[in-house]
Parts: sequence; C-alpha cells; structure tokens
Amino acid sequence: MSNIPSELKYATSHEWVRNEGDGIVTVGITEHAQDLLGDMVFVELPEVGENVSTGDDVAVAESVKAASDIYAPVSGEIVEVNEDLEDSPELVNSDAFGDGWLFKVKLDDESELEALLDAEGYASSIDED
Amino acid sequence: MTNKTVLHEKHLEAGAKMVDFHGWEMPINYGSQMEEHHAVRKDAGMFDVSHMTIVDVAGSDAKAYLRRLVINDVAKLDVAGKALYTGMCNEQGGVIDDLIIYFFSDTEYRLVVNSATREKDLAWMNQQAQGFDITITERPEFGMIAVQGPQAKAKVATILTAEQTQAVDGMKPFFGVQAGNLFIATTGYTGENGYEIVVPQEQAADLWQQLIDAGVAPCGLGARDTLRLEAGMNLYGLDMDETVSPLAANMAWTISWEPEERNFIGREVLAAQREAGNQPKLVGLVMTDKGVLRTGLKVVTDSGEGVITSGTFSPTLQHSIAMARVPRSVKVGDEVEVEMRKKLVKVKVVKPSFVRNGKSQLD
Repeated sequence: MSNIPSELKYATSHEWVRNEGDGIVTVGITEHAQDLLGDMVFVELPEVGENVSTGDDVAVAESVKAASDIYAPVSGEIVEVNEDLEDSPELVNSDAFGDGWLFKVKLDDESELEALLDAEGYASSIDED
Repeated sequence: MTNKTVLHEKHLEAGAKMVDFHGWEMPINYGSQMEEHHAVRKDAGMFDVSHMTIVDVAGSDAKAYLRRLVINDVAKLDVAGKALYTGMCNEQGGVIDDLIIYFFSDTEYRLVVNSATREKDLAWMNQQAQGFDITITERPEFGMIAVQGPQAKAKVATILTAEQTQAVDGMKPFFGVQAGNLFIATTGYTGENGYEIVVPQEQAADLWQQLIDAGVAPCGLGARDTLRLEAGMNLYGLDMDETVSPLAANMAWTISWEPEERNFIGREVLAAQREAGNQPKLVGLVMTDKGVLRTGLKVVTDSGEGVITSGTFSPTLQHSIAMARVPRSVKVGDEVEVEMRKKLVKVKVVKPSFVRNGKSQLD
C-alpha cells in the first residue's frame, strides 16, 4: 500500500491538495500515481496567473511509459509552479508529497476543499481501481 | 495461465514490480527503470531472459533446412560458435519472427526465438521440417541471463571457473561457446558489450545471486526496451510482424541474396519487392523538444504518411527517440512532422541507431 498522508485532501484522478491556510493550496500527484506512471521525464506545468476550473487539464506528467493529464482539483488562479521540475522531473517520483509538488492555486472558493476526498476516501478509491 | 521463469523468486526478493509479458510474469523494474538503464550504459546490468525460447536443430539435413527456413544464409557460418541474426518469413515475405542462430557444426545449430511468438514459431518450424532429416528440440530446462554493460565481462569473469575463463577469453562479438555448465555468448540487446548466458534451470538462481554479489544490477523489461531502442534494435510485434517485409523493417542486411539458387521461404516475394523498390523503410526519429514520441503516432512527410513503430524517452540522450516506418523516399537528414496531442511537431530523420557502447551515434 502506498503512503497516503492523512493531512492532505485528494481527487479521484490522483492529485493531492495541501491547504496552506491563507486561501492558497499546493497541488501534486500522489505516490500511487507516480508509481503507476514510472520514471518521470517531463512535467508540463500551467502558467502563473492562469485561471483554472475544477476538472480542467492543466498539466501533463510524461513518464518513460506514458503521458498523463493532470487535472485541477480546485478552481482558482495559479500563483506559483514548481520550477525545479524543469530540470528534475524525477522529484515527482522520489518525493511525490514534498519536493515533487506541481503548482499552487489561490482558491476562488475555499468550500471546494470539502468536496475533495480525505485519505481514507482516496485509499478506498484506489482499491477499486 | 501465467508462466514464471526459474528466477521469479529472485525478482520478488529484489522488490521487482512484476507485469504480464505475453503470458509471462516478468520484472518491469526493480525501482527505477532509469537507474537500471544507466547501470547498463555505464557499468553492468543483467536481465532475466529465461522466457525466451531456445530451440536446437540437429541432424544430417540441419544446414539444408535452415538455408530454406531463414532469410540469411547459415552456409556463411564456418567457425564453430559463430552466431547469425536473421528473420524467418512466410511465403508472402512477412516476418514470422527474428532470431539468432548459433552454429556448432553443419548438423548442430541452436536458435533463440522470441517468447511471444513461441507457439507459432515452433508450429511453423515443424511444418517446414517435412522431408528434412532433422530433429527440432525445445530446451525449456535452461534459464537465460543477459549481462550487459562496459563492466559486464569483467564482473562475469570474477565468478567463472578457470576452464570457463579460458573458453571465453578473447571471444569476438556474436559468438557462443559451451563452457562447463554454461553456454556463454557475446550477444545482447542493448548495444553494449556483454554476455548472454544459458544456464541449467537448477543453477540459475545461484548464478543470478553470484552476479548480484559481483555488483551487477538487476534490470527489468522497462530498461531492456529503452536500451534496445537506443541501440536501434527491432522489437518483434512493434517494429515488424507477419504483415511487414524485412525490407520495410531495416532487416535487408539480414537477407542473403547470394547464391541465387538458394530458395529460402519468401524469396520470390522479397525479390520482387526489392526490384520494385516500393517498400517503405524503417528510420530513426529524433525530437529534441519536450515530449515523448510514442508507438502508433502518425508521421507526416512530403511523400506521404508513416507511423512510429516504437518510441521512447532516451535516458542516455535525454530527449525522445523513435523508430518509424515511412515512405522509401524519405532521407536521413530530412525534417518530418509527428502528430502529437493534435499538434504537428517537427522531428529529424536519422539512421535507426542512436547509442552504441555508451556513446551517442547522432551528429
């Protein structure tokens, strides 16, 4: 079983969301997702300043095996992207919940977080895969 | 039913991620495909290739039979142990499989064919055997380990007996020798030096462990694929199959047209195709922009469409490479386009060989 930190929120499409507390969340893909994809070779990130809506395909994680769309788990404005991934896409593999984060979103509506899965909900969603 | 190789336990022990590969449960990686790839390019790595099919062909007509069966000519082989890469075709000139033939004598040969095509290969070989005084014997009692990389031979040397060391000493590329309990060949599927070692099943796990202890990194099918693609080596089922002529699969060099009277299966069709010059060809593609060329993507050229047969990210070159079947008039050095995610992306046409002995083959 992969590691699924209990303090994070999750989307069924394998993104995690960390509430940074000031209306801003950090988004990445789960350890389970990186394990399915295998060694990452490119990560295409959104532009800072872009407005995204929940469910939009906003980024692409391209591994040796496949290219996979990453969806915005919440709506808002992209305020920061992880530029380290430009040179080190493997951070997504080695530290999916930490240094491998993808982008930060300034939330349009904080209540959207409540619609996301908790760790337990995500764990059971990947059991069904 | 899922088959397991004799090394299955060793893979699980090493934490391998196992996948189904044409009915065999095989390791795709032991953690990082990328690290395994680099181990082979820079040091030494090994692959369990026990799923591959070893077939011995023996008998007074063995030579005559193989001269009919495959498109290359085994009559070229006159030094014991010499190996030959070639294809066997159907009457329509389509590739049934690609294989390596080891020559021991005019009455004794060893063939190594793909596991995915095992049943049809054996059926075809037996069907074609009628009228020839030969025996065709599958050898499932052996495991096979490929040890590859610049340090592969040195690391293998640390575990060989004096007798085996002497047997492989100075062996040229593409040879094989029975040395004690091991059949050791200087062949491979990575573009690096190394050996492919055939070992009795009951000794395979011990050999694997000895190699680990000698510092050889276990590598999975993931790395095997990126390595063979960098080396520009075909994968049966992707780069060619029964609907594809060897002329359209960069295998023309494995056809022996001389002597003219040798009537190998498919000759008539292949000779006509060669005369007409109308077969597409397999080229290499290089894309230095972000993104990865993938199998099945459409290639757009001035002289018509083509298709990517195998594509990947090259861990050695740090950009994407592919093999593609394109119209024959496309030339090395041309720029063509690949349709990716609904966009046309420019890529360069190169010879289908990207990395050999750790070095880029691109200009």
